[in-house]
Order: sequence, then structure tokens, then C-alpha cells
Amino acid sequence: MKSGILAAAAAAVVVTASVGAEAGLLDTVKSRGFIQCGVNAGLPGFGSPDSAGNWTGLDVDFCRAIAVAIFNDPTKIKFTPLSAQQRFPAIQSGEVDVLSRNTTVTLTRDTSVGLNFAPVTYYDGQGFMVNKKLGVKSAKELNGATVCVQSGTTTELNLADYFRANNMEYKPVVIESEAEVNAAYFAGRCDVRTADVSDLAATRGSVASGAQDHVILPEVISKEPLAPAVRHGDDQWFDIVKWTINVTIQAEEFGITSKNVDEFVNSKNPDILRFIGTTPGMGKALGLDEKYAYNIIKKIGNYGEIFERNVGPATPLKLERGLNALWTKGGLQYTAPFR
Amino acid sequence: MATETRTAQGASVPGGSSFSLSDPTVRAIVYQVLVVGAVVLVGWFLISNTLDNLARRSIATGYSFLEREAAFGIGEHLIDYSPKDTYGRAFLVGVLNTLKVSIIGIILATIIGTLVGVARLSSNWLIARLASAYVEIVRNIPPLLQLFFWYALVSDGLPPVRSALNPLPGVFLSQRGLIVPAPSDDPVWKMMGIALVVAVVVTLALRFWAKARQARTGQIFPVGWTGLGLILGLPLVAYIAGGAPVALDMPVLKGFNFAGGMVISPEFFAILTGLTVYTSAFIAEVVRSGIIAVNWGQTEAARALGLPSGPTLRLVILPQALRVIVPPLTSQYLNLTKNSSLALAIGYPDLVSIANTTLNQTGQAIEGVTMIMGSYLSISLSISLFMNWYNKRIALVER
Repeated sequence: MKSGILAAAAAAVVVTASVGAEAGLLDTVKSRGFIQCGVNAGLPGFGSPDSAGNWTGLDVDFCRAIAVAIFNDPTKIKFTPLSAQQRFPAIQSGEVDVLSRNTTVTLTRDTSVGLNFAPVTYYDGQGFMVNKKLGVKSAKELNGATVCVQSGTTTELNLADYFRANNMEYKPVVIESEAEVNAAYFAGRCDVRTADVSDLAATRGSVASGAQDHVILPEVISKEPLAPAVRHGDDQWFDIVKWTINVTIQAEEFGITSKNVDEFVNSKNPDILRFIGTTPGMGKALGLDEKYAYNIIKKIGNYGEIFERNVGPATPLKLERGLNALWTKGGLQYTAPFR
Repeated sequence: MATETRTAQGASVPGGSSFSLSDPTVRAIVYQVLVVGAVVLVGWFLISNTLDNLARRSIATGYSFLEREAAFGIGEHLIDYSPKDTYGRAFLVGVLNTLKVSIIGIILATIIGTLVGVARLSSNWLIARLASAYVEIVRNIPPLLQLFFWYALVSDGLPPVRSALNPLPGVFLSQRGLIVPAPSDDPVWKMMGIALVVAVVVTLALRFWAKARQARTGQIFPVGWTGLGLILGLPLVAYIAGGAPVALDMPVLKGFNFAGGMVISPEFFAILTGLTVYTSAFIAEVVRSGIIAVNWGQTEAARALGLPSGPTLRLVILPQALRVIVPPLTSQYLNLTKNSSLALAIGYPDLVSIANTTLNQTGQAIEGVTMIMGSYLSISLSISLFMNWYNKRIALVER
């Protein structure tokens, strides 16, 4: 793991020599023939390889959507699994073109880390999971607890802030890899595991009797809007990533899915015709094929389909839409209009 | 020594100010200037290119973040630390944690390594074979795997905190580590510390005086026993003079965990045991080779001169064995220190772990990595300097 960081830092020093003079990432990507996408190494539902070795997950699907927007082929991607520490050097140095790895949008990351964040793909919040045997009902009862937390995340800061604000003591056990930190929690090294609620749900779903033995406490102690990120300095690339995500949200709002998208090609609604590319203009503005939105919906699906497929109630994560419902249904998912 | 001051016969004689590449002196200087120039140029290119790219991506640079509030917790700290402290102090906590595990690890690994190394040479078949098996098994398994093993031993092998083993009153063993009673706060502990320092200083002075006297008169003064008496006796006197307090801070199960007492955490136990065991196998081999390197004839010669076995070992065998042992031993000490960075994998907050958190919160990877490199470089160079000094001191003086 360490060598990864060093390599990334070394890459930041050396590789930038070539990347620094890039003409535009879109041209580079087109001539290369695939996009490079940084994902989580093993977070079921968001980014992890399945039993056949194919990358799956919500974050992964948004990468695939970008590949479809550019190449009309969801397989033209090189996935780079990144740890929490490796992710920023990797995107800064140009090792990956887009970072789609359940990364929380924050001010410092947007500024001094040098990232631009695309629209939020998952509205999350940090929570606590404890063993039911402890009989804890609220996070306010956690004074003196030992807490397992993954290193290098906003989680570590929120945890410290929450206990400070509530005048409670805690003992952190900070481990780098997600798998090891979960192993330590399940072995009983810690009383509490803290992470984003979606992450806790994935962790709980990963062991056989997880749902019966472990409870996620009701307190959500932070806002964790998770979004893909790109480097500063290439506005066209940023636009492409941003509007690729918007396509999936807009499609759900229009009621367009991967199954029925062909019915809309000759729709009566001029808004939909413009959106789907029957009336040209939108694709060209982004520097993409006019049918890019159609392709994304056809090959990847709308936001709702992506959600249900990866983290919805039918999956081991069993997450409700909640904040991630469309704005028309009381959630926060909203996109600026396509015109 | 005296033979080295030789007149420079045959070396080039400066023949005026003619500049020619056929002159070996000129050639040597030109090549060296070229190499230095190339190194400086490459260094300058790397640094300026990095700064340029960082500025272009508007990524913050510089070390000013060290003064900002860290806002993350650290599980173990030798100095006071809370999330309100700065990144700088958090990093210092990490450096001290690394030093703690390295220093204790080096001492333990040296002791175990020496014992195993000597045991491997034993004429007792069973002891020699056991020592060989230990060395071969331990040094051929990667250290990270050993760390996971020791960590799993504690976190999976021991009972949960609420049903902790209680072998002695006040001593608890559970997944939260080993918790023992600690002496309560009392001014006498400080007095004992001072007494210990005084005793060490007096012993050193005594040794100096005894050596001078032996050189002058030939009389031997028992420095070892006197020193031992002083080092044990003076703090004991201070303890009794301070009223011999016996109050103990007993650990009590309160809520989620034990309060009070001293804790040896599973993380510290795992990293210390892992590093000690792994390095001791290498040290055992170093010690064995050092002892074998001394010819048996040396022992026979010493006996023939009438030296008892103690001084034979101390004055004849060890000085020659150490000459072989110390240089590779230094490498092992450096390895142990550097391997302590594996602590990251099992959650011991060493300097790499804390620097990683810092660089992830601030996004300043290059600064974080330079700080890690700088710290290890300083620690390693200090160890080598000390060991080189020691090596020189014990080196055979040939007359």
C-alpha cells in the first residue's frame, strides 16, 4: 500500500512532465482508446470486482457511463483500484482521468487538493454500527468506546468532532485497508465501526448473520455527498463528466429507461428530442456524439436503474432511495435543464 | 600509519597553465564537474517541474498546514495529544510512537537474537535443532504476514473485554490488550528518576577513574559491582526517603472499557512482537557467524596464558567476534526501524500512519512523503552514526 503512495507521489513528480503539456483530456482519451477510472478496491455496491472479475457498483457504473458517452462502449475503461490514501495522488498525477470512488465533496478537496467535483451521485452520511449484544440504542451512549475507522477519510475527522462536541471520550483504532478494519470490528477489537451509512450497510451485508447481529445507530453525524472528481484545469473534460451524470438523472425524470428509450426517439416533446439527440446540438456542445445521451441510457440506464441494480432493496445492501430520490419525489437528485 | 606519507613521485607535475584533457588531473576535475552539474540540473528540473505543475493545478504547497488543527484522534500517544492539537504535534506523536517500538524492538531483538545464535552453536542436539528451526521458519516468512498473525492471535484468540481473563488481581487480558495496575501519581517517581541519572553519571566517572588508576598502578577496581549497586541502590534510597508509597491505580471495567491502569494495546503488542521475532532470527545468524569467525586457537592461547574463562570471553573472544558482528547488526537495526512502517496495516499509529492521514486530509502528498522520508533518514542515520562510533570503539587496535 505504501509503495502505492510513493509511486503516486513519484508519479506526481515525473509523470506530470508529460501530462502537464496535455492538449485536452478528451483528445488524449480518444487517441488512447479508453478512459482511466479510479474506483474503490472493495466496497460492495459501489466499487468491487464480482466473482467473474468484472467491476461492478454504483461508482463503477458512472465510469462506464462516461466511457459510453465518449466511445459508445462500456468496456473501454481501465479500472484502477485505489485506497483512501492513494486516490488523491492518483487523480492529481494523471494516473486516472476520473476518480469515482465514494469521495465526499469538501471545500479543501475542491480547492487545495485541486479537484473539481461532478454532481453528487450518492447523498450519504456518517453513522455508527455496533453489535446488538452491547445494547446500545444511541450514539450518545458511546462514551469511552473503542472505534474502528479506516484511515485517510473525512470519517476520521467527523468522528473526532462528534465526540468532542458531545464531550465524550473514545479510542480510535485506525487501519488502512477496508477489509482489515472490518475484520478487526467483527473480531471484537472495537465496540463500534464508523463509516458512511451505505458503507456500513455493505459491510453488514458482507457477513452471513450481519443483519441480525449488528445494528446501525439512528444518528447520522455528517453530510457526505459522494461525487466523482476530475483535476483542475480541463473544463471540457469536467463538463463531460458532469453532464454524463446529469443525463442519468434527467432520464429518470422523463421516465426514460434502458428498456423503453427507443420509444422516445420520435417523441412529441421537444425537450426530450433535444435531450436524446434527435434534435442535434447538445452532443456537439460537449464535443461528443449527438446520440451520447441515448447511448448512456440504452447501455447503462437511468439513475434509478443504476441505484436499484447496485445498492437498492433487492441487493444485499438493502438501501432505500431516501435523499437519493428525485427532487420530484422528495429527494435531492436534481439536474439543471438540457437546453 | 607512518608509511602513508609518501612523496608524490610520478604524479603529474603542473607544467604551466596549459589546459589539456590528456592531463589526468584536469580530466578528473572536468568529469566531476560534469557529473555534479548533471545531478544539480536533474534535481532542479524535477523540483521546478513539480512546483510548476502543482501551481498550474492550483494545488496548495508548503508546510504551513503543520500549524493547522489536526482534528483527528490518535489511539496511543506518549505526549499529551487531543484532536485540538496541530498536524505538527500529531506528526511528532507518530515519530515518538515509531521510536518507542523501534528502541524496545532493537533491545529485545538483540537479546533474543544473541540467545538463539548461541543456542544454535550448542553441543546439545535438541537445543541446536530448535534454534535452527526458529531461525529458518521466522526469517523465511514475510514480516507483514507475521504481523497479521500476531494481531489475529490477540483479536481472535483472547476473550472480549467484558469477560477479560484476570490471572492476577488488577491484571486483565482481553481483546483490548493487557491492562495492568499503574503506580499512582506521586512526587517520589520523579525523585527516583533523578537518583537514577545521578547513579549513572557517578558510575561513569568511577569507571573513568578506575581505568586511570589501573593504568597507573595496575590495581583493579570492581566497577561493575559498584555501578550495579549505585544504579539499583540510589533510586531505592530515594523511594524509601519519599515515604515508600504503595498506592496503585487499579484498572476498573467502566462502560465499554477499562479505566485506569497501564495498557499494552494489541496493536503495539503485535508490531513489537512481529518486528522483534522477525529481526531476532537475522541477528541470531549474525551472532553465530561472529562467534564462528573467531579461531578456536584464540581460546586455547588465552587459556595457555592462564586467563580464566570470563576474561577470555570478554577480552579475547568478544572483541574479535564483535568486529564481525557489529556492521551487519547495524543493518538489522535499520531494517527493524524501517519495517515498523508496516504498523499501518494493523492500526498502530506510527509516523507513516499519521502522515498518511495528514496527507489525505490536506491533499499535500509530496510534503507528507518528504516528511516520512526525512524522519526515517534522520532515525536511520542516527542509528548508523551510533553504531559506527561503537564499531570504532571496539575495533581491534593493532600495535
